[in-house]
Amino acid sequence: MASSGTRTLVRGRIGELVLRPDGVPKVTGAFQFASDLSREGMAWGVTVRSPHAHARIAAIDVSEAAALHGVLAVLTHADVPGRKTYGMEHHDQPVLAWDEVRYEGEPVVIVAAVDLETARLAAARVRVHYEELPVVTWDDGIVLRHVPIRHGDQEVSAEVVVSGTYEVGMQDQAFLGPESGLAIPAEDGGIDLHVATQWLHVDQEQVAASTGLTLEQTRLHLAGVGGAFGGREDVSMQIHASLLALRSGRPVKMVYTREESFYGHVHRHPARMRYEHGATRDGRLVYVKADVLLDGGAYASSSPAVVSNAATFAVGPYRVESATIDATVTLTNNPPCGAMRGFGAVQVAFAHEAQMDRLAAALGIDPVDLRIANALTTGDRMITGQLVEGPAPVAELLERLRAMPLPPDTAMLPSDQRDLPGGLANVTHGEGVRRGVGYAIGFKNIGFSEGFDDYATARVRVSLVDGAPRVEVHTAACEVGQGLVTVLAQIARTELEIADVVVLQADTLVGSAGSTSASRQTWMTGGAVRLACEAVRARLHELSPERHVEETAEHHHRPTVPLDPVTGQGDSVVALAFAAHRAVADVDCELGLVRVVEIATSQDVGRIINPIQCEGQIQGGIAQGLGLAVMEEIQLGAGRIRNASFTDYLIPTVLDMPTVRLDILETPHPLAPYGLNGVGEPPTIASTPAVVAALRDASGIALARVPVRPEDLTTSSSSVSSS
Amino acid sequence: MKYSTTLNVNGIDYPVEIEAERSLLSVVRTEIGLTGPKEGCDDSECGACMMLLDGKAVNSCSYLALQAQGHKITTIEGLSEGDDLHPLQANFLEQGGVQCGFCTPGMLISASALLQANPSPTEDEVRIALSGNLCRCTGYDGIVKAVLITAGELAAQGA
Repeated sequence: MASSGTRTLVRGRIGELVLRPDGVPKVTGAFQFASDLSREGMAWGVTVRSPHAHARIAAIDVSEAAALHGVLAVLTHADVPGRKTYGMEHHDQPVLAWDEVRYEGEPVVIVAAVDLETARLAAARVRVHYEELPVVTWDDGIVLRHVPIRHGDQEVSAEVVVSGTYEVGMQDQAFLGPESGLAIPAEDGGIDLHVATQWLHVDQEQVAASTGLTLEQTRLHLAGVGGAFGGREDVSMQIHASLLALRSGRPVKMVYTREESFYGHVHRHPARMRYEHGATRDGRLVYVKADVLLDGGAYASSSPAVVSNAATFAVGPYRVESATIDATVTLTNNPPCGAMRGFGAVQVAFAHEAQMDRLAAALGIDPVDLRIANALTTGDRMITGQLVEGPAPVAELLERLRAMPLPPDTAMLPSDQRDLPGGLANVTHGEGVRRGVGYAIGFKNIGFSEGFDDYATARVRVSLVDGAPRVEVHTAACEVGQGLVTVLAQIARTELEIADVVVLQADTLVGSAGSTSASRQTWMTGGAVRLACEAVRARLHELSPERHVEETAEHHHRPTVPLDPVTGQGDSVVALAFAAHRAVADVDCELGLVRVVEIATSQDVGRIINPIQCEGQIQGGIAQGLGLAVMEEIQLGAGRIRNASFTDYLIPTVLDMPTVRLDILETPHPLAPYGLNGVGEPPTIASTPAVVAALRDASGIALARVPVRPEDLTTSSSSVSSS
Repeated sequence: MKYSTTLNVNGIDYPVEIEAERSLLSVVRTEIGLTGPKEGCDDSECGACMMLLDGKAVNSCSYLALQAQGHKITTIEGLSEGDDLHPLQANFLEQGGVQCGFCTPGMLISASALLQANPSPTEDEVRIALSGNLCRCTGYDGIVKAVLITAGELAAQGA
């Protein structure tokens, strides 16, 4: 520890390039993901799922399965001792279906056996007699939540009007490590569940409620998480493994297959949107009218919050006098949808950015100039009436983005085959290839909104180990790959000037940290670690070889309120984050093939806590935005998923991913610890519309739907309606 | 029916008794106990299960364990020597090539197979070599940089 005389700062503070503490085990193979866990006497759990999108369950016969040698437990809804439904906020989803199944893949029966093969054999012998029911999809869903926004004068007209209809397909998080966990029965009659999740305490509540255990008996421990992106915010196998472990008296492990993973978590909501923009002839936005319909699938999940975001961010980061927004999410028999990176802002950004380009074309104004002329800035009001108090560098981000150099036009040169659309498939020598450039900008909220008491807890202990001080940071915040464990240690070093910091494995033995979502953990749990460190620092004089110093602190963000149910007005969000993207793409206009050449981005991150991780979030988020633009969609037919594999659901490979040109702006956020801001989601919002704008620029086709498919680029009969 | 065979993994002979249909991935993870290689898709699409078979990268989820008899198998656990990280491993960390880490074992195996076959690859060659390994977190930039930097370092050492 630095002495007071010749004081040198410890290395590894915030802002420095610090490598992740779990990095070495991750590159040597020693890191234990949830799917790598095992225990003596461990059994395996398997789920029997509905093959129908909607059916009545007439009978369930498990006798043949239960009779199989090696089977330890076969459980139905009748064996759920506690609450028979679960859900993050609305407990509407059956732990195991009883009267009806409402989506393909819904769990009906769970099986535990001595090994995985036996468990799968037993699952195949479960007989469920279904009577199929009509499948409800898009057109006749039941309204789960409707969010209207009535901002400004509702009787407005404008000199120039453009309108369009837009669609976004259902995207999958496609984390590489499928759902998995290990439930271990404990001596106190409770359970220790080691699981890959985003939010330990919300899982704990749901596992306890359905198993009938107390919260104290329901101890959750974070196991290694192979990516999340929103897809692990809802419960998957948590309750099932716990029920099987309690019934069999053995540790029970469950690991989903890739196919099962497509059924086992919520997806990004598909959207249908109709927009109308009105402006003055000199390019001032007068009004925006939008109808946004999200398909929530069979159960609520976080749909009510997603649709609120879709409404709140429906016009994009622009100043507009009048807005009339109706955003609705419905229940259907499609797979349940919920959280995915960008959370409602992604869908509407595809529409509002397409509209801004259409408006620019109608006005004969440069699309970036039009955006800058209407850019939201600090002191403006959002369409919810909320004053923008924090930084809102919309114009600055666009200016910086436009000033970045464009890549050389390789399509004009005799070039490597691999640089052309279609690549090594050798389908073109450059004839029919045209280059396009597109711009987009988006924004969203950081942290939970609409009155949610969003907080995080941290416990910090300093003790002397062989005469040297060591810090232990204990939280329930989930490291899912983003590098939270690195930044929490950096914060502790910064506050305590002690180099030796250990971030303990997250569990429910400390207070809630809330969810690893909404780009909130560095702000929220980082804030709690800072507060706990400050409290510890005030007592460091008490530290002795016999006595450690420990403090626990909670960090709450400022209160928010729900949107008014009639006007959609209210101070519903804590903070905003912004990112702008420019895509350059080559399109083979004869074959519809695309090569995205470069994506440039300007993003305001408040303050860089860890440069390598900050850039990693931006690069990775853009890859997912690119995926939604040109390849990723869960394809549905009458509620059934037709492409539940990585053979048929394509995510970007290293050959699809272009060079990313980064420009990171640091405008300190006044509400956040150290002036930081959320980083993870903004890259996924405007990257999709920027890519599609580039494809429109190259092809001259309106392109009203993502993902854009080759056939969309070779036909001129695209479905955008013109005004 | 089970067959007795011996698998040489990371230089060590492991006698195993396995059914004919068992994949190399399944046997290495559950019988031999090396859980570094991952199952991400069980379909040869994601590459998280990759191992070296006589220096060549294979998707071990789709390779029968019995076929691996007599070959030298290398998993991620065999990439480093002792406590020293392989230069690829160190560069993956320093370039931000690792986030969740689930793809990392297969990605490193792919990269090491490339550098053994082609010690000074171009960026295009790196991308082609890694195109059978999916990563959902990083956007691949740090991974590609790490491989190129490693190639440069190894060339400098050899020079």
